[in-house]
Amino acid sequence: MSDRVVQAVPTTADVVHHHQPPQGFIRKYVFSLDHKMIGKQYYALALVAVFIGMVLSWLMRIHLVWPNWPIPGLGLLSKVGAPGGVMTPEYYLSLLTMHGTLMVFFVLTNAPFAAFGNYFLPIQIGAEDMAFPRFNMMSFWTTFLAFCILIAAFFVGDGPPIAGWTSYAPLSAVGADAGPGQGFGQTLWGLSIFVFCIASLLGALNFIATTLDLRTRGMTLSRMPICTWAWFITSCIALLAFAVLLPACLLLILDRVAGTSFFIPAGLVISDRLQPHSGGSPLLWQHLFWFFGHPEVYIAILPAIGIVSHILINSMRRPLLSHKVVIYCMMGIGFLSYMVWGHHMFVSGMNPFSSLMFSFPTLVITIPATIMTLIWLGSLYGSRLRITAASLFALGFISMFVSGGVSGFFLAQPSIDIYLHATYFVVGHFHMVMGVAAIFGVFAGTYFWFPKMTGHMMNESLGKLHFWLTFIGTYCIFMPFHYLGLAGNVRRYSAFVDDFLVPLIPVHRFITIAALCTGAAQLIFLYNLIHSRFRGAPAPDNPWECTSLEWIMPSPPPFDNFGGKHVVVYHDPYQYGVKSSTGDYLMQNSPEQVEVRT
Amino acid sequence: MGKLFAVIVFVIALLSAIPIITHSWFGSGISFALPEDISTHGHAIDDQLSDTMVEAGLSFLAAQFVLAFFVWKFSNRQANAEIKTFPGGAKGLVIAALVLVGTEMLALGILGQKAWAAVYFTPAKPDAIQVQAQAGQFAFYFRYPGADGKFGALHPDKIDEGNSNFFGLDPANDVDSRDDIVTGELAIPINREVHLMMHAKDVGHSFYVRELRIQQDFVPGLDLSVHFTATKVGKYEIVCTQLCGLGHYNMKAYLNVLSQEDFDAWMKQKASEQ
Repeated sequence: MSDRVVQAVPTTADVVHHHQPPQGFIRKYVFSLDHKMIGKQYYALALVAVFIGMVLSWLMRIHLVWPNWPIPGLGLLSKVGAPGGVMTPEYYLSLLTMHGTLMVFFVLTNAPFAAFGNYFLPIQIGAEDMAFPRFNMMSFWTTFLAFCILIAAFFVGDGPPIAGWTSYAPLSAVGADAGPGQGFGQTLWGLSIFVFCIASLLGALNFIATTLDLRTRGMTLSRMPICTWAWFITSCIALLAFAVLLPACLLLILDRVAGTSFFIPAGLVISDRLQPHSGGSPLLWQHLFWFFGHPEVYIAILPAIGIVSHILINSMRRPLLSHKVVIYCMMGIGFLSYMVWGHHMFVSGMNPFSSLMFSFPTLVITIPATIMTLIWLGSLYGSRLRITAASLFALGFISMFVSGGVSGFFLAQPSIDIYLHATYFVVGHFHMVMGVAAIFGVFAGTYFWFPKMTGHMMNESLGKLHFWLTFIGTYCIFMPFHYLGLAGNVRRYSAFVDDFLVPLIPVHRFITIAALCTGAAQLIFLYNLIHSRFRGAPAPDNPWECTSLEWIMPSPPPFDNFGGKHVVVYHDPYQYGVKSSTGDYLMQNSPEQVEVRT
Repeated sequence: MGKLFAVIVFVIALLSAIPIITHSWFGSGISFALPEDISTHGHAIDDQLSDTMVEAGLSFLAAQFVLAFFVWKFSNRQANAEIKTFPGGAKGLVIAALVLVGTEMLALGILGQKAWAAVYFTPAKPDAIQVQAQAGQFAFYFRYPGADGKFGALHPDKIDEGNSNFFGLDPANDVDSRDDIVTGELAIPINREVHLMMHAKDVGHSFYVRELRIQQDFVPGLDLSVHFTATKVGKYEIVCTQLCGLGHYNMKAYLNVLSQEDFDAWMKQKASEQ
């Protein structure tokens, strides 16, 4: 690890613009321009979305194994969808659609990327705020608008959308003829995602500009902490991915409301009515959607990789075996993510030769993913690992990342996909590697940064209890999905009536019980979060003895982060395992020279 | 606490592997085995799947065990314990990953092509039995060309389910369609190749028969086809695997593999019913 000293020396000229925080409630807590408040707003929105998404998954799981049990209160939510608390098949599909959309867009995109990125990216590079604070505020409130539009779809007359989070055309494009849930609710879905794309594009641009322009003196690109790199690479991916989904959603909305036929071919007879469309292609929607959809997986997981690496390094008290290799791997994954979208479409009827073209880069992604895993494991070797709630979730992330990753070997191969496509094997795969792993990154980040964000420590014992229950629970839920998939259990069924599916129901019952318990265990987290916010022990400036810039400031940070000063950075981000005046670590902004590990 | 983590990861990894190895849910009689393959191409897919299972399984166990072992060994050490570097450092690990995983993935990728090619890169034989499958919300229908060997043209505007005109045929004006045989089950003779032409009536659907190792989407507006040969007499479930609306879970039909004699008799009977 090199340790160059920058030329710059802080001067009095650096102590310049000192900003006063806004005093009014609205400017401070609602329409705030402060990246820290906006980060918290994103986090709060993700928390609400994940809670709704989780309850929806409970309802689905309960319906699958106890279909006739009237769920108390459900009848009040939708008299048509769940008369007396027993849901109809179409209502099950709406819950499935809403669960996927909420989780992928409003949780997995918002929490690890927008929430933590907003809060810590500017701080970690020594900036006072984001490059465009007004854009930033707009991003959040546009996201909030998208969220409200989506939630409104629950309450429209002909029911919430039922076409799944992928909303394949023509089911999603032809309108109310296609059955319940394909009316106004589906239009709202398209509109919500359209608005969400705008918000994400604004956010991504802001992140990129901030990273490139606002780094403080001495903060070279190679001195950025690994999570800052992850957010930066993710912004580049998001910029290109959402830029494709945005027009795709527009075309879908036009097909629905303006009579165009981008995704609808001629000659469709739906509900005994010949549709007045011609010339469109359903596969076009799939291509556009997955061109966004696959990079989206990495938009969810890369920030988690960055956060987890950051926390692991801190807990191991040593740098990774190679900082640069992990960053190159993230870039490699980001690049490859644009060349693999067709692996979602092996049996879709696209040219079978192109399947092989999509299969190879998909298999190649295994290489950077393996390198990163080996670097984490190799760095654990000989370290002084501290076990905290944050580091447990980071270690749990590695376990999940591996478990979810190896099932990708199967799905990357078109021949095996013939059998496993659209089965619970796929559901298990993406829930583990994209859902649970990314959420573990968020939990790790929360336990790690909560003291900085609020000025209060979280309860470590409760945090560890939360980890054990969640770790064991998620394995109990998602591992059996793979076995069911091998038995050919088809996904997106609201009931299992086929001869070969009925014998598998006891396994589903086990999963449902595991899901209910694991979900209930999240109340521990929620309690810890709220209780610690008000009653937690006061947090010191740097409770974890971490080296990056967020820990040089008071907890919580002042409004303008560094008090109007330009911090000067002298070191690579992770000077651990050294002998300095502070202990076994050296802050990035410390001018002290120590013998560094090579 | 680190040791507890190590033990739990170790136990989870072992328990996760057991149902894969035993093909059952911890001795309860619930089977996760792939159903018996009744196709001529399926063995290539099954072989590929079990090869991949070995490689994925070993990678999974190795990574989880190493994680557990390192956390066991290196957590909560004394504050002055020496920090060691993994032998070979990052370079060794990168080379190991490139060589091991690279070869593994290349091998899987190349071997996997064979199985894929067997299904998709060869056209159906000219003497294959021609059947058209139509998927609509929420039923499959099948059509045989009849004695003349020709399918009548489809007229979407003539679809009338009340009169059992599921495909939209026009026998009044179209000679070819008059002897077309339309059924709700897919009957095929054993050991004869079947060329299944796929037509979607309304939205996307899919044709999935586990035992045949065939899954193919129906895409509106796109003429797709698959071909296969069934090698075992029996009745197998055809299910829809592409979300198509509220009745998706219940959209199914049967594949009826018959001996040649039984198939001929079945065909004769169906022809007389039309």
